[in-house]
Amino acid sequence: MTGRTITRGGSPPGRTSDGSRAGNFRELGLTDIEYELILAVLGRHPNEVELAMFSLMWSEHCSYKHSRRLLRRLPTEGPHVLLGPGENAGAVDVGDGLAVAFKVESHNHPSAVEPFQGAATGVGGILRDVFAVGARPIAILDSLRFGEPAESERSRYLLERAVAGIGHYGNSIGVPTVGGEIYFEQAYEQNCLVNAMCLGLAPHNRLIRSAAVGPGNVLVLLGALTGRDGIGGASVLASAEFGFDGVDGVADKRPSVQIGDPFAEKKLLECCLDLLDRDLLASLQDLGAAGLTSASAEMASKGGLGLDLDVARVPLREPGMEPFEVMVSESQERMLCVVTPDLVSEVVAVCDHWEVLCTQIGSVTDTGRLRVLDGNEVVGDLPVAALVDECPLYELDPEPPDAPIYPPPAAVLRGGEEPATLLLALLASPNIASRRAVFEQYDCIVGSRTVRRPDEADAAVLQLPGGAGLAISIDGNGRRVACDPRAGAAEAVYECSANLACVGAEPLGLTNCLNFGNPEKPHVAWQLEEAVEGLARACEALGVPVVGGNVSLYNEAPAGPILPTPVIGMVGRLPDASRAGRIGFAHDGDAIALVGPFAPSLNGSELAKLRGVAPVGGLPVMEPRAVRDAHAAVRDAVRAGALTSAHDIAEGGLAVALAECCVAGGIGARLKVRIAGGVQELFGEAPGCAFVVSGPEQAVAALGRIIGRVGGHALVIPGTLEVAVSELRAARDGGLLQYASSAVWSE
Amino acid sequence: MKFGVVRFPGSCDDVDALLAAQRVGEAVMLWHADRDLQGVDAVIVPGGFSYGDYLRAGAIARFAPMMESVTEFAGDGGLVLGICNGFQVLCEAGLLPGALLPNVSLRFVCRQVEVEVMSEYSPFTRACPLGEPLSIPVKHTTGRYYAPDHGLADTQVLLRYAPGQNPNGSDRDIAGVCNEAGNVFGLMPHPEHAVDPLTGSSDGLAIFESIRAHVADRVVA
Repeated sequence: MTGRTITRGGSPPGRTSDGSRAGNFRELGLTDIEYELILAVLGRHPNEVELAMFSLMWSEHCSYKHSRRLLRRLPTEGPHVLLGPGENAGAVDVGDGLAVAFKVESHNHPSAVEPFQGAATGVGGILRDVFAVGARPIAILDSLRFGEPAESERSRYLLERAVAGIGHYGNSIGVPTVGGEIYFEQAYEQNCLVNAMCLGLAPHNRLIRSAAVGPGNVLVLLGALTGRDGIGGASVLASAEFGFDGVDGVADKRPSVQIGDPFAEKKLLECCLDLLDRDLLASLQDLGAAGLTSASAEMASKGGLGLDLDVARVPLREPGMEPFEVMVSESQERMLCVVTPDLVSEVVAVCDHWEVLCTQIGSVTDTGRLRVLDGNEVVGDLPVAALVDECPLYELDPEPPDAPIYPPPAAVLRGGEEPATLLLALLASPNIASRRAVFEQYDCIVGSRTVRRPDEADAAVLQLPGGAGLAISIDGNGRRVACDPRAGAAEAVYECSANLACVGAEPLGLTNCLNFGNPEKPHVAWQLEEAVEGLARACEALGVPVVGGNVSLYNEAPAGPILPTPVIGMVGRLPDASRAGRIGFAHDGDAIALVGPFAPSLNGSELAKLRGVAPVGGLPVMEPRAVRDAHAAVRDAVRAGALTSAHDIAEGGLAVALAECCVAGGIGARLKVRIAGGVQELFGEAPGCAFVVSGPEQAVAALGRIIGRVGGHALVIPGTLEVAVSELRAARDGGLLQYASSAVWSE
Repeated sequence: MKFGVVRFPGSCDDVDALLAAQRVGEAVMLWHADRDLQGVDAVIVPGGFSYGDYLRAGAIARFAPMMESVTEFAGDGGLVLGICNGFQVLCEAGLLPGALLPNVSLRFVCRQVEVEVMSEYSPFTRACPLGEPLSIPVKHTTGRYYAPDHGLADTQVLLRYAPGQNPNGSDRDIAGVCNEAGNVFGLMPHPEHAVDPLTGSSDGLAIFESIRAHVADRVVA
């Protein structure tokens, strides 16, 4: 990519030479400087269709104009990588001729406006990204952030409807939702986050790229009718802050949110995979943000070719749509493919079988131009490079904040509580409590691959043909990144790798979604730059490449930016799925060991939050090699079948980790060592570094210091606390249930 | 022994049902728009969201050409098993009594539950171990079974949720019912998702083994 670089503040605001257009391009989200650039590139004013296309392709959402330079810092190569960043989804080799494609993507802004459809179409979009590369989607995970449920009715509403939307789409299309994570923080009150990750499985030879090939080949549109939904979603919705009208004002943006139809996508999915199995497609691309404009421009750009596209042939949901509306519509459940002329009739027959609409809307050319036709009339004619490559890239202007950005949360604990009280308060905290009320709304088993369901292990585990397993984890604690963006982002990578180690899996690759505030503000730019550096270093330290991802900026409201939230989705492999680790203590008499570098701190911890402390202060500095060695040791022991349980120490620290192992197994534990460091050692955090494992004494002693034994009906830390497992369970079970639904009906 | 699994557009657990059936016999897919039953010995109408289920669960699938053949097959005494959406389809088609209503919670629920087998003589449960509850997952939004008292004999209830396990508010804890003749069976739990301890449980396999045993007896007879 060879975009120009603009240093913010380096040029005076551009003057447009045509006052009549000024209002129009600004409404579409382009700046004066960008419009001047368009004039320079084209040598003329763009018409309405062209301006609409520029406004989308040059939006932050499509162009990554504030992040692209930073993203180059991330390592993308590794021995298992088959498809790297730039394709619809990345893919890694998992052996036996199979590939796993995966990606995480945000649908934050639509979900803040209309949580059910926003979240549903977020799932629909990420599924399309995965089957666009030829992989059958086999798992969904999601990463959600909302405001404080105890304080905000709106946050409870967003939680309930976003979860319902994810379930609606994933359950209906028959792809299991196998994992995820949720955090609640005040800073997400105005801007909730809905990130969805999908994994797909494909034989190597079915993987397909999106680059257009072969001038003279036919451009075929598959799937749903094109309507007026989602017009401007990428530009006016996803690439700007919500205004001062705040929560109420979002209702005005509802027409920019798309409506999902999982049944249409189910047919489209089966149809596309059938077409690929029959080797009928030359290239394939999904239609997501910016609809036909983005899909056609990306295909042409990657192929170094041109496309002619006739909007008059596009089947419409409603009559009278303007050419620009057809080009920018974000109607869901559509794909674009390139077919050689001799295979078109076979493609049509397969589509007929699946009852999927299939329309020839254009052709591949060697002109390097994207021409938009309306019948015989040319209504747009742009160099592909101008749309895709000439978007200005902005230099960030990072500056660390000189005062805390985020206010302290309301204190739940007043200080002076006994350790047992602190433990129960932490287990009941919405950030730590059981997620059952949420994950029971998701089908986690369809597909017959799910070996470890939610709550059974630190990572989801799916079986592969032949007996191996895939492990997946998604994580990103914004509060810790707010304390120290570089260390906090690295922790997210460590945490995912630790989760994989607990089931015996070795990381193959990761995808990330960078959710941040307005990058034009120096302190947000600093958060972004530091977090990317932290990610890059952690990836290098663990040897895990980044195979794709997504950036969501402008998650900011008048009250301020969201917590900086890089979300990491990591995929790994274990040789024998039947040996996948579990979280729960199980055998009376098993020894419990503490494994890995253990240097917890209360900075940025859940306990600090409950005490009303703002997210400030340094995080523990971890020696990457020690982290890596600890992960390898746990992984190898799990693979050898030597352990009964393995769990990483994360939110709530050692005491919460032990409690979670007790609750999962329905059995107690007694520590034999005194906890010297008091509250900091019990509840301090350093995620992704240390583990609690249980098993035969000899096996766990080889990994770390033995700290106690499994058994009894209570968690006992001599001289510190003694709490019945039933009490631990009750605290943990109730924490989120009370907010996730007032009407959850159970036995 | 050959099973046929009906595949509608929007079926989700069709492949799972096929794989489960293949653990005890042969199994083939039956496309909704076809009519040929391909000589199968038993039909499975699988879970999912047939035709999107936007109208009412199972309401459109009953009109599929393949369902005409299945109805005829059932009328001749052929074994038909409806799982989840398949149960809903069979109720809509009038092959089973009663109806499935939205869960009391009005939410989708995915959960491992225990169900009790009420009859040891049915072709669908004859291989189930006596007196032991089966651990089988449910996953549905519309699974609350209802039938008027006079419309359902007690002997038609083949499965009940174990005490405290009813996930949806079903009338009399009913999890699965058969028709009067006993050759059509519908249940909300997913036995095809309980055929391997690796993925949670193998208790559901007994349902498929029952069908195989019944067909084998019939062939001998």
